[in-house]
Amino acid sequence: MENAGTVNLEKNDVKMPSVSNPSNKPAVKSSTKMKEAFLYGFLGLSAVITVGFLLWLIAYVIIKGMGHIDISGLIAPIVTTIYMVGIGLGISVPIGIGTAIYLNEYSNGGKFVQGIRFATECLAAVPSILFGLFGMMFFVRMLGFSWSILSGGLTISIMILPTVVKTTEEALKTVPQSYREGSLALGASKFATIRKVVLPSATPGILTGVVFSTGRIIGETAAIYLTAGTVFQIPQSVMSSGRTLSVHLYMLAKEGISFEQAYGAAIVLLAVVLALNFLSYFIASRIGKTK
Amino acid sequence: MGIINIQDLSFYYGDFKALKGINLDVAEKEVLAFIGPSGCGKSTLLRILNRMSDLTYGSRVEGTITFKGEDIFKLDPITLRKQVGMVFQKPNPFPMSIYDNISYGPRMQGIKDKKQLDEIVESSLKKAAIWEEVKDKLKKSAIGVSGGQQQRLCIARSIAMSPEVLLMDEPTSALDPISTLKIEDLINELKEQYTIVIVTHNMQQAGRVSDKTAFFLLGDLIEIGETGQIFSNPKEKKTEEYITGRFG
Repeated sequence: MENAGTVNLEKNDVKMPSVSNPSNKPAVKSSTKMKEAFLYGFLGLSAVITVGFLLWLIAYVIIKGMGHIDISGLIAPIVTTIYMVGIGLGISVPIGIGTAIYLNEYSNGGKFVQGIRFATECLAAVPSILFGLFGMMFFVRMLGFSWSILSGGLTISIMILPTVVKTTEEALKTVPQSYREGSLALGASKFATIRKVVLPSATPGILTGVVFSTGRIIGETAAIYLTAGTVFQIPQSVMSSGRTLSVHLYMLAKEGISFEQAYGAAIVLLAVVLALNFLSYFIASRIGKTK
Repeated sequence: MGIINIQDLSFYYGDFKALKGINLDVAEKEVLAFIGPSGCGKSTLLRILNRMSDLTYGSRVEGTITFKGEDIFKLDPITLRKQVGMVFQKPNPFPMSIYDNISYGPRMQGIKDKKQLDEIVESSLKKAAIWEEVKDKLKKSAIGVSGGQQQRLCIARSIAMSPEVLLMDEPTSALDPISTLKIEDLINELKEQYTIVIVTHNMQQAGRVSDKTAFFLLGDLIEIGETGQIFSNPKEKKTEEYITGRFG
């Protein structure tokens, strides 16, 4: 379709000057035209390559791993992953939402608040391996939680905290000021206004951020590897070690135990992460509808 | 002394003095219109009356305002706003059902009884002359109705709190002429029960709905008087110039 459009345009452009002015103007035109066509081609190709890599990767993993999905062998990593997501979100979501509400609804933009914002952004830019090192020094060693789901969950919750804060703040910013004023003018308290009007309106945006963070916990290797350890078992409590799906995949590949099994695990991981992406896309598109 | 009494009121945004020593009395059950060119302070003054001005960071008030004899700056803003309702320039219904919008205020006050809430919703919508239009879609979203209807819903939402005073900040500036007419008719009905202070850019509107008119210019109250007198026989030269369209 796009191609047809370009061809038509070319026809028109060539025809018009050749009738009215048969000098060297068409030559200039056609070189501009060529540049245009080249650029268009480059942009189109970039898009195709982007999508192509994604499809290639998915297809490759599926072809290699299909038939090697060993569900019974994946139960332990899956349960560990669920624990990790539970602890990670359980800690970071309330604190993150609270921080965002404070920054966006209560603060007045002073130095202190700028400091918090700057710190949040810095935290977001720290490589995950550093969170892993910190978690290992602080939670594993100093607090003596050893390599455990708890150490891993605490570490990962600090890691995703900036994401939760940022996405929640963005969601709160999309709530029109007129809603807040309308509620306050009816004699509602500030807290009631936030709870009854602001948060419900911001919920889809906040959920998108939470889903995105879930994806990050599931996909994280370095920080969890260093803090939750690699013991292959269904964790008995938060104090026992365990390996999440990503860590399991890493171990399978690194130790050359079984590449088939690694690809089998990769399919499951990929399916979960893609499903989460679709979910966040779905929620985001619903915000668009209500606005 | 009226229901609202303003004495030597000055208001600052940072260093900028937006209101310069205003003295004004609002009598009970009258419609008072604030007119004046943009930036004259009329909306600022309106927003001080229910302390929505508290939300403006870096602002400062001097002078006193009493509401039924009580200093509003010593009252809890929540208590004040329950009695002094506000309708905004742009209709701002919450993204909830029509029923939830109207019952929002009463529920915030702790009314939980379903029957009582039903009654409040019905009587408020009737008073705002929109009951017939929305009675079959109370559970539908308030965002889905027309702009004019949304504004009347917002008026109904304020009425549901049974306030004594209604502040209206250019309530028809975002509406079409027919919706505007409906709101003006509504104001004429509401003044039987409520004291209304309305800010308007539209002088014909001030003439149609108000008993008294106050003319502001650059933060000063230039003149206040019976609407008829202000429009036909203003005492101040500036008022006359503004009303006859020589500036503003």
